[in-house]
Amino acid sequence: MAWTRKILRVDLTNGTCKSEPLNMEWAQQYLGQRGLATKYFISEVDPKVDPLSPANKMIMATGPLTGTPASTGGRYSVITKGALTGAIACSNSGGYFGAELKFAGWDMIIFEGKSPKPVYLSIENDKAELKDAAHLWGKTVWQTEEIIKKTHQDPQIRVSSIGRSGENGVMYACIVNDLHRAAGRSGVGTVMGSKNLKAVAVRGTLGLGGLKDAKGFFAAATAAKKVLADNAVTGQGLPAFGTQVLMNVINEMGALPTRNHRDVQFEGARGISAEAMAEKRPSDGKSHLVTNAACFGCTIACGRISRIDEKHFSVVNKPEYWGASGGLEYEAAWALGAANGVGDLEALQFANLICNEDGFDPISFGATVGAAMELYDLGILTKEQIGMDAPFGSAEALCKLAEMTARGEGFGKELGLGSARLCEKYGKPELSMGVKKQEFPAYDSRGIQGMGLAYATSNRGACHLRGYTVASEVLGIPIKTDPLTTDGKADLVKAFQDATSVFDSAGVCVFTTFAWTLADLQPQLNAACEGEWTMEKLAEVGERVWNMERLFNNAAGFTAKDDDLPPRLKTEAAKTGPAKGLVSGIDKMRPEYYKARGWDANGVPTKETLARLGL
Amino acid sequence: MQVIFKLYATLQDYLPAEAKKTNSFPLEVGPGTTAQHVIEQFQLPQKLCHLVLIDGRFVPPAERATRVLKEGETLAIWPPVAGG
Repeated sequence: MAWTRKILRVDLTNGTCKSEPLNMEWAQQYLGQRGLATKYFISEVDPKVDPLSPANKMIMATGPLTGTPASTGGRYSVITKGALTGAIACSNSGGYFGAELKFAGWDMIIFEGKSPKPVYLSIENDKAELKDAAHLWGKTVWQTEEIIKKTHQDPQIRVSSIGRSGENGVMYACIVNDLHRAAGRSGVGTVMGSKNLKAVAVRGTLGLGGLKDAKGFFAAATAAKKVLADNAVTGQGLPAFGTQVLMNVINEMGALPTRNHRDVQFEGARGISAEAMAEKRPSDGKSHLVTNAACFGCTIACGRISRIDEKHFSVVNKPEYWGASGGLEYEAAWALGAANGVGDLEALQFANLICNEDGFDPISFGATVGAAMELYDLGILTKEQIGMDAPFGSAEALCKLAEMTARGEGFGKELGLGSARLCEKYGKPELSMGVKKQEFPAYDSRGIQGMGLAYATSNRGACHLRGYTVASEVLGIPIKTDPLTTDGKADLVKAFQDATSVFDSAGVCVFTTFAWTLADLQPQLNAACEGEWTMEKLAEVGERVWNMERLFNNAAGFTAKDDDLPPRLKTEAAKTGPAKGLVSGIDKMRPEYYKARGWDANGVPTKETLARLGL
Repeated sequence: MQVIFKLYATLQDYLPAEAKKTNSFPLEVGPGTTAQHVIEQFQLPQKLCHLVLIDGRFVPPAERATRVLKEGETLAIWPPVAGG
């Protein structure tokens, strides 16, 4: 249905919900979802705003392909100023919530102000109202979804909500929809909690309409689905093994950050990999992995659904965790595992379930536990402070700390600060492994040089999904480049960042890019959306969105100094593997990247660049 | 001489039974054995040999038939995969 041309503006302070027409002039320049919502956000919010103040806003946005039969067309994003980072945040989620919002007739929801008491937003097509959420406050994501569905007597309602971590101020809280899909990074759930907004419940029955050329769209979408089906990665590799298949690949390449990036290879990697998930456990003869799963409209189905070992120490006498549920995906398995030196697959799944149940980012949580374990190893944090022994490799500590963080208990409150604030508090800021206060994902910048530049320059802090050069440097998509060299990485990172901005603004999943290029997306957008959507126009949208986000961050106070990596990655060489002896070449790549972007030496877009992009 | 041979994802079906739990096993090879020789010895489908690494370094398809394995090296092979 491309755009519904309607925005829902929710004033939480005054408790009102109003409909507005979508700015179609902006839609032609920023497409939708990430791009268009960010345009709204920066037009309405002071870049210096405290992320947790009522003056910050939060937008839930769909793309023009969300809700259409385009493969993976179920995405939605949350745009705000991130609690964790203080930078522009855009967290993208799959599942079914985004499509439902579209079916209810809304392109996006803009939340402003702060409710005087806990509320949730109920949407049934045109009807939108804030409802009391006193009975939901203090509940988990899973409980909240169940209670709302029972209250409305409608099991088909789709819910996005925060758990207790979002209420308790965990700085990397998520907004979780459909039980285990999440707008996961940068603390968007923390912002939602600060507004006393517990959940958004949507039921949409208006269906599909408004495509510019419906016949042409279905032909383009069908052709693009065939590209995904015929591709060995999206047609076979991802559905069979999921993202977790990377665990052994990245370990073999010496780029698996281990024990807070002290090492680049994990001796226990095989035991927490996709291959391990698929084999039968000695304890009960069942495999950890139950099946794969797909989000709305997805023809890839990379998701993992697993069942924890009922005899594992973490879930003994806790039958509520024995059923099949989401996980493990690669990023979570790495952050909860290798990053801490924990090689117990069942423990990782338990911690992952807690992250889903109470809505906090397993990447930032796991990496923060890794930092805490290093502080413990150095004697800076003691058993008494943490409440338990917490050496690297302790599955028991990981599981207990996950529960404590969810509930805001004891040392869990300190872990909820994230690694940057935690390490700063204990006098070791250099031990936080991240950029712009957001923790790294699962690729070491010494073994995959381009990712170091992608992390350093990501507009939402360290992130793999803003410029996934792993595709090229490791997997050869679209072309193979050498992960150990910095040569050519500035242009590579820019190309990935700009293209990803388009996919994130369209309403489809970035995983399609393992098979699709912009040339596969363009016919679908052009048939669905009003106006002429050429390859050139889309490329310009991608670059425009990236520079717009950059301008917001610069105005918020970020400078070139923030486009950097922790000293460990620049001074402590990789000890093993192909990258042995290497450090990150970020200081060489950064100026090359600024030049490729048309920015000055301080990382500020030049007047010429802004004029070229219409900014 | 001995090298370490690893197969992952769908290629693990070609592993000997004793290596299923580790995806890895020691392999005796003669002097001059190349990556391509091992691929043929185990009858691995060429189109599934997408990511070929020796000691973690990528071996392009054009070099598989000339890259000779050395004592103690690790040859690891994956079909087309991806993640994120």
